[in-house]
Amino acid sequence: MNQIKKQVKHPLDDLLRIDRIPHIWCPGCGIGTAFSSSLIAMRESGIDLEKTVMVSGIGCSGRGAGYVNLDSYHTTHGRAIPFATGMKLANPELNVVVFSGDGDLFAIGGNHFIHAARRNVDLTVICVNNFNYGMTGGQVAATTPLTAKTTTTPVGNPDTPFNLPLLAYASGATYVARWTILHTRDLTESIEEALLNRGFSFVEVLSPCPVNYGRRNKENGIDSLKIYQDRTIIRNDAQPWELDIDFDRGIVLGKFIQTERPTCTDRYDNTCRPKEFIEGEKGLE
Amino acid sequence: MKPAVLTGEHFMTGDVACAEGALAAGCRFFGGYPITPATEVAEHIAGRLPEVGGTFIQMEDEIAAMASIIGASCAGVKSMTSTSGPGFSLMMENIGLAICTETPCVVVNVQRAGPSTGLPTQGAQGDMMQARWGSHGHYDIIALAPSSPQEIFYLTIEAFNLSETYRLPVLIMTDEMIGHISERVVIPEAKKIKTVSRPGPKGRKDRFKPFEPGANGVAPMAHAGEGYHIHVTGLTHDERGYPVMTVEAQKAMMAQLMGKIQRNLDDIIRTEAYRLEDAEVVIVSYGVSARTSLAAVDEAREQGIKAGLLRLITVWPFPEAQIRNLAKRVKGFVTVEINLGQIHLEVERCAAGKAPSFLVGHPGGTIITPERVVEALKESF
Repeated sequence: MNQIKKQVKHPLDDLLRIDRIPHIWCPGCGIGTAFSSSLIAMRESGIDLEKTVMVSGIGCSGRGAGYVNLDSYHTTHGRAIPFATGMKLANPELNVVVFSGDGDLFAIGGNHFIHAARRNVDLTVICVNNFNYGMTGGQVAATTPLTAKTTTTPVGNPDTPFNLPLLAYASGATYVARWTILHTRDLTESIEEALLNRGFSFVEVLSPCPVNYGRRNKENGIDSLKIYQDRTIIRNDAQPWELDIDFDRGIVLGKFIQTERPTCTDRYDNTCRPKEFIEGEKGLE
Repeated sequence: MKPAVLTGEHFMTGDVACAEGALAAGCRFFGGYPITPATEVAEHIAGRLPEVGGTFIQMEDEIAAMASIIGASCAGVKSMTSTSGPGFSLMMENIGLAICTETPCVVVNVQRAGPSTGLPTQGAQGDMMQARWGSHGHYDIIALAPSSPQEIFYLTIEAFNLSETYRLPVLIMTDEMIGHISERVVIPEAKKIKTVSRPGPKGRKDRFKPFEPGANGVAPMAHAGEGYHIHVTGLTHDERGYPVMTVEAQKAMMAQLMGKIQRNLDDIIRTEAYRLEDAEVVIVSYGVSARTSLAAVDEAREQGIKAGLLRLITVWPFPEAQIRNLAKRVKGFVTVEINLGQIHLEVERCAAGKAPSFLVGHPGGTIITPERVVEALKESF
C-alpha cells in the first residue's frame, strides 16, 4: 500500500505550479509538449531561473505563464511582447521568455513582434503555431494554411499564411528556428540556444490542435504527428524565403538563423547615455 | 549631466514641467509614442532619462507604450507614458490590465478636441468620462487635473505617489493649454520632495500571496526577478494571483479593487476652494477652465453675485460628498469645462435636485472666456 501511496514526481514538478494542474489543454494538443520542452530548455541552459520570467498573451498557449513556477505574467491579447520589452529594458538582468500562440503573436500582436525584432530586444519568443484560434473554437488565423477549413472559413481559407521564420528574419531577429512538437529533442535544443542567444530569438513550434483545427480538416491528433514526420524536411541551411507553410510540398524545419548584433539595451547605453554616466556607473562597481 | 531634480526657478511649458515632475518622483522608465499636444513630454524626458539611469523607448504605438510601462513597473521601475485623445483610446485596453493586476504607473493625457482626430493642435477637456470608464468592466480610477505648469510638476509627483500607494494607474488629465503654456516653475530641493514607493513583501517567499492586502488594504508588491515566483494575470484571480473563474472570485476581486479606493477617498480627493465660504453660487471647474473660472468669480463678485469656485484637483474619484454638502446651502452650480457636459452631469447627479446645475461648456478648440461664465451666472441665478 505504502508503495502505491508514494507519489511519483514528474521531473518538471519543481518548474510547474502543480496546484494549478490539470491544465486546460485538450487531449491531443501539442502545447503541453512545447511547454515541457521550454521548461527543460530553461533548466538545461543553466540560466538563473530566479531571474527568469515567462510572459504570455491570450489564447491556449497564452495559458503557459499560468503553469510555470517562476515569475509569470499573463497579459492582454497580443501585448506580451511590448510588456516583455518594458520589463527587459527596465531590468536587463532578467531573462524574459515570451510563450504564446500564433494568433496572439502574429495577428493582433504582429506589429509588436516586428518592432521588437527590429530593435533586437533581448527576448526569447516561443510561438506555438497550431494554425488557428483554438481557444475561441477554431477560427482562421494569420497562419492557417491556404484552403484549410475553420469556423470562419467554412469552405476553405482564401488567404496565404505567414512564413513566420521569414518574417522574424526580415524584421531583424538574431536567432530563428522552426520545429514541430514531434521533434522534441531538436526543439528543446533550439529553445536552449535561443535562451542563451543575446538578442531577439524566435522559435516556431508547429503543433496539432485536433479538437478545433484537426477535426475540420480530416486530421486527428495522430494524423498530425504523421504529417509532421512524413512531410517535413530538416534543412538547417534553408533560406528564410523557402519556409512557406505548405504541407503538400513539405515543411522545412531547422535552425535557420543565428547571428550577433548589438541588442536594444547595448545600443541605448552606447548611443543615448552620456559618457560621464557610464563612467560613473563603472566607478561604482 | 543634470541631476534628476532640477532644483531652481524655471520658465517652462506644462509638458516639460510634467516630465520634470516625473523625474523628481523617481520615474525611470518612459514608453512613449508621438502625438500632439503631448509630444513634448516624451521629447523632454527622452533626453533626460538616460542621464539619470532611466530608459526611454518610443514604442510602435500607444498600445505598446502602455504595455511597456506596465512591464517596466512589474520589473520594479516607476514608469509613465503620455498621450492625447487618439492615443488615450488605444491605451484603454492595457489601462484595464494595470487596474486588474494592480500595477502602479502614470498616464498623462494632454487633451485635444475630438472625437477622432479632431483638432490635434487645439485643446479641450472632452476625455473626462473616457478617463472614468474608458476601459471595459467596472473599476475605480484616480485622475488629477492640473491648472498650471507649476501644478503639473507637483501633481505628477502626486500621481506617482498615489499610484505607488494604491497600486493602480493614475491619470493626469491635463489639456493642450496647460501643456503648452510657459510659466514660472519652481522646483524645490530633492530632499524636500516627498516620494512614495510601493512597499515590498516581507516574510517567507514561498508563503507570499501577491494579491493579499496588507494593513492599509493594499497588497505589497513583489517584482519579477525577486524570487517570489508570482503569477500575475488579467483574468479574475484570487490572492495567490491564480485565475479563478467563479462569481465568488469576481466579487472578491472587485471588492478589493474598488475598496482600496473607496476606503481612502479622504486621502485621495483634493479640491481647492476660492471665495467659497459665503458663496451662493458655486462654479465647479478643473484644468485650464479653472483659470477662466477664477477670473469669473472675481468679476461676478464685483457685479454683486456671490460666486465661489470649487476647483477639482482630483476629478476621479469624484468629490461627491463636497458637492452634496454644498447643494444643501447654495443656490446652484455652474460647471465650466471644454466639452458639452461631462463633469457637469456628475455635479448634477450629486446635487440630486437640491440645487440646480448649469453648464458653461464648449465643443473644444479654445478656452472659455470669463465673460461667458459671468453671463451664465447672471442668466441662471
